Amino acid sequence: MTDQAVEREVGRARLRKEDARLITGQTNWTDNITVTGLLHLAVLRSPMAHARIEHIDVSPALERPGVVAAFSGRDLAGGLGSLPCAWPVTEDMVLPDHPPVAVDEVRHAGDPVAVVVARDRYAAADALEAVEVDYEPLPPVLDLEEALADDSPLVHADKGTNRAYVWPLRTGEDFEAVKQRADIVLHRRYRQQRLIPNAMEPRAVVVTPLAASGEFTVYSATQIPHILRIMLSVVTGVPEHKLRVIAPDVGGGFGSKLQVYGEEAIAVEVARRLGRPVKWTESRSEGYLATHHGRGMIQDIEIAATREGRLLGLKVDLIADMGAYLMLVTPGIPILGAFMYPGIYKMDSYEFNCTGVFTTRTPTDAYRGAGRPEATYAIERAMDELAAEVGLDPVEVRRRNWIRHEEFPYASIAGLTYDSGNYEAATEKALALFGYDDLRAEQQQRNERGDGVRLGIGVSTYTEMCGLAPSRVLRDLRYSAGGWEAASIRMLPTGKVEVVTGTSPHGQGHVTCWSQIAADVLGVPFEDVEVLHGDTLAAPQGMDTYGSRSLVVGGSAVHRAAEKVVDKARKVAAHLLEASEDDLEFKGGVFSVKGSPEARRTIQEVAFETFTSHDVPDGMEPTLNSEYLLDPENFSYPHGTHLCAVEVDTETGQTRIRSYVCVDDVGRVINPVIVEGQVHGGLAQGIAQALYEEAVYDAEGNLVSGTMADYLVPSAADLPDFVTDRTETPAVSNPLGAKGVGEAGTIASTPAVVNAIVDALRPLGVHDVRMPCTPERVWEAVRSAQARSARKEASA
Amino acid sequence: MTHISVTVDGTAYEDEVEPRLLLVHYLRDRLGLTGTPIGCDTSNCGACTVELDGASVKSCTVLAVQADGGEVTTVQGLARDGEWTELQRAFHERHALQCGYCTPGMIMAARDLLRENPHPGSDEVRKALEGNLCRCTGYQNIVRAVLAVAEGETAAGERTGSAQEVTA
Repeated sequence: MTDQAVEREVGRARLRKEDARLITGQTNWTDNITVTGLLHLAVLRSPMAHARIEHIDVSPALERPGVVAAFSGRDLAGGLGSLPCAWPVTEDMVLPDHPPVAVDEVRHAGDPVAVVVARDRYAAADALEAVEVDYEPLPPVLDLEEALADDSPLVHADKGTNRAYVWPLRTGEDFEAVKQRADIVLHRRYRQQRLIPNAMEPRAVVVTPLAASGEFTVYSATQIPHILRIMLSVVTGVPEHKLRVIAPDVGGGFGSKLQVYGEEAIAVEVARRLGRPVKWTESRSEGYLATHHGRGMIQDIEIAATREGRLLGLKVDLIADMGAYLMLVTPGIPILGAFMYPGIYKMDSYEFNCTGVFTTRTPTDAYRGAGRPEATYAIERAMDELAAEVGLDPVEVRRRNWIRHEEFPYASIAGLTYDSGNYEAATEKALALFGYDDLRAEQQQRNERGDGVRLGIGVSTYTEMCGLAPSRVLRDLRYSAGGWEAASIRMLPTGKVEVVTGTSPHGQGHVTCWSQIAADVLGVPFEDVEVLHGDTLAAPQGMDTYGSRSLVVGGSAVHRAAEKVVDKARKVAAHLLEASEDDLEFKGGVFSVKGSPEARRTIQEVAFETFTSHDVPDGMEPTLNSEYLLDPENFSYPHGTHLCAVEVDTETGQTRIRSYVCVDDVGRVINPVIVEGQVHGGLAQGIAQALYEEAVYDAEGNLVSGTMADYLVPSAADLPDFVTDRTETPAVSNPLGAKGVGEAGTIASTPAVVNAIVDALRPLGVHDVRMPCTPERVWEAVRSAQARSARKEASA
Repeated sequence: MTHISVTVDGTAYEDEVEPRLLLVHYLRDRLGLTGTPIGCDTSNCGACTVELDGASVKSCTVLAVQADGGEVTTVQGLARDGEWTELQRAFHERHALQCGYCTPGMIMAARDLLRENPHPGSDEVRKALEGNLCRCTGYQNIVRAVLAVAEGETAAGERTGSAQEVTA
């Protein structure tokens, strides 16, 4: 390593500044926050999926000890508007009313019907039992296809349909025409089961009112303090400038805290009415009903190809479960996937059609990867089916279709411009690390021996779109906000630096990475940088954290803001050194005059001189502060190759992951330790979808997997050691060259695991296993394949 | 109300509590020791793990009255004079936490393991932490951290080193 490389912070494996608080328990989770006079709010929820509220009386709750107030939906309706949906994906999208507390009708198990406020949390929970509610059951709406039938019961009777919207995309040649000239047309149906995001910190909100001025401070376990502030203002009518939203330490989100929840609005309204601070904290099982779910789609995918395995066209018909209401970005999640079904492949025709459907289940919305894992799953499963059909190795089929390194930038058939990528390099590296050829040889031997435990090898080569998003693209997608991100740099009189970011981290290590970026540009020590975030008073502008946008957009904004500080400091330094700006060098935090290195000023010295303002250039503002709002030019496109080897016991259906190798290309790496950590976590969530997790409902619409005891979040004992590596092809559309990493592991791993399971069982006649691939489902798949082949033999 | 006397992180408390009050709520709401978080209501997640009389327990399944006469240690009682324990250092050095919500419980559970079995293998660590769920790390770095302590590899000097780029 050269000296210069050691000096640079970007790329260095810095340990996190965030950790000290977290490993000593000096944390500021929302539920830890308490203030004098605090009241506790509890929410009574519908025990039924769909029912009319015939009668409700909250007054018996008021008799209970410690209870201060109780409200029904009707009581609160005057103060609270409908919860927002910011993504009307089509002009004619059906947008039902969504009261934070149901008024006449409940539409999913867990829909709030009343709230109770008491002096402590036990008293509030007890008093819920006293609220009297009579329900008139209505038919649940659960099956996505039946929901679209003309005679289906309706989730929102006043809307006359369960169809929320139909969103089409057609590009390239006509798909039917392409099918005519194809040798092979494959049709497959895949199901994306509903998942429950399960951030370890349950949601919580604390609202403190200041009656005299009409101001409210809202602490919330949220990913989006800035968006929440705007939306809470709309829902509650509290003017935006009277609301301060703080996301203190936030214990994970994975998309589930990218939301404006009813409880946040209710807490503001109750605090306003009572003039007292209010806290609500969800229990885990309450959260399973009340915090949005992810996925929930049926995918019909058709591919047309040549006998040589070359893709000609792709058609996707998607039915997406919205749940009972459209929440903040519910309708847009499947649309994000629309652009990703073609993946890394070239083709002549692409047709996509998405139908959003209302059901009487908990609303869906963003969950890690949000639309992109679903798309990648479908295309990567289908590529394996194509490989089997034409008798090629799955890796070879991908090679024959992917965009080659020299073809970048590449206009994808879905209308995106992939700025950079090198699929060959990542794949070759992954195959070597994995020992692909040896494993294939072992697989063949075991198949020939007819082993009861089969070896399967799964590959997934993916790309995704991160850095959401160029504002103009969001306009075209009818999303109601921009995609810029804000950063401010304040160089303090002593030379210490405050970076203010509009992103809102919840475990991703922004404080450390942003410090590295700013330290490099400013030439100051890493330790001298502090990062402020997650408070609309300290960081008034921002678009928050989701969709692997924080580094790509927010980190780039920090980089640009720091450059602005250097530009300004250069003017002051030139003035102080009586030199022209062009004659100044800036290196390692020092301005020096070219040719006379003794004439120098450190940037810290310049900061102090600017603060005193005794001798600055005429007309200069006396601070070394800057602000930069960066609107991304393009998305960024991480990619990679994931390989999974599984052993599947054909007698028990048990799957064991034997090895997992991934090579991801996330562009330039700011901190390799954090990148690796993000990949690990993503893999765990993606593997969990493949093998373990599913929100299960019964025929009445009750959530059967309603607690952590019934919903299998994998533990350390359930997951393997991962082998992770990288290639580094910098993004060209942002100053850091970064591409985003938070969702990569989740997007790529689900199809890699399921492809491996199907690969293990294909010689037995299995072509698919429905997720999650539990032992029971795998066993069923093996048994029915055996039964099919027995029938075939009998009839032959 | 029931009278209890309990020592928490070295401080003795005398209190009147409802018999149904959970130990975790006693620690958090009554004593203000919020370093121990709550992640579920079914004792599955382990975020609230503390030590009661030297053994790790999930404090959401223990009543405060059951801790009467006992000694409780939470994550807030581990560091002495600002010096972190080896496990705390190892979690930091191996990037074994992201959001950090599960971390107090993980550290307390790992302490229990290392007391019982000072030199566990990787599978034993995974098995021992089965009752503690993490959603961020994929567990690999948590396992590495625990193994690092078991193998005495948490040299303080390593803390700021740049050679920690770990790919298997």
